[in-house]
Amino acid sequence: MDMIGEILISAALVISGIFGFVGSFGLVRLRHTLQRLHAPTKATTLGVGGMLIASMIWFYVEKDQFSFHELLITLFLFMTAPITAHFIAKVYMVQSLRPDDLPDSGSEHGWSPYEEAPEGHRKP
Amino acid sequence: MIEMALFFAASCYGVALILDLWRIAQGPSAADRILALDTMVINVIALLVLYGIWRGTAIYFEAAMLIAMVGFVSTVAYCRYLLRGNIIE
Repeated sequence: MDMIGEILISAALVISGIFGFVGSFGLVRLRHTLQRLHAPTKATTLGVGGMLIASMIWFYVEKDQFSFHELLITLFLFMTAPITAHFIAKVYMVQSLRPDDLPDSGSEHGWSPYEEAPEGHRKP
Repeated sequence: MIEMALFFAASCYGVALILDLWRIAQGPSAADRILALDTMVINVIALLVLYGIWRGTAIYFEAAMLIAMVGFVSTVAYCRYLLRGNIIE
């Protein structure tokens, strides 16, 4: 039981380390900003996820207790990662693209980063 | 075996932090810098959990949770400042 636990913990730790490194390596190597947006998602999901799985198994094997903190951190990160990516993509649009570069938005309103909110959706 | 895996993971995340710093210094646009800062926050959360395993305490989970929240709020605040010119309208 202890041996299996050690092997599982070590495997999760090594996988987590590799994916954390891959995320930052992609951040350095990829050529375009929107391509770079893709790389750190590996570090968020598999990197931190593997680390938290290792931690859960470790606390279960060594201390005989089940801890829920890791699930909270995972849940928080999985909820906030898409919001962050959305905001960073919007910042890139505003700073590096003009509205003429983009295709038609397909509705009566334009793309949201360039225009005010449509009538009826504005905050008072 | 766990010790060696811990050293391996810690060195991986250390190198990853240095690469993030390079992207912050180099990054052509502000979006790159915000992205690199966000990645640094993620890596630091992983390092904190790693340190918690190494020391064998559960105290560092609260620290990791706090850093996750502060990192998310600061990223969104920086993006909003660049998008709208102010943070709370």
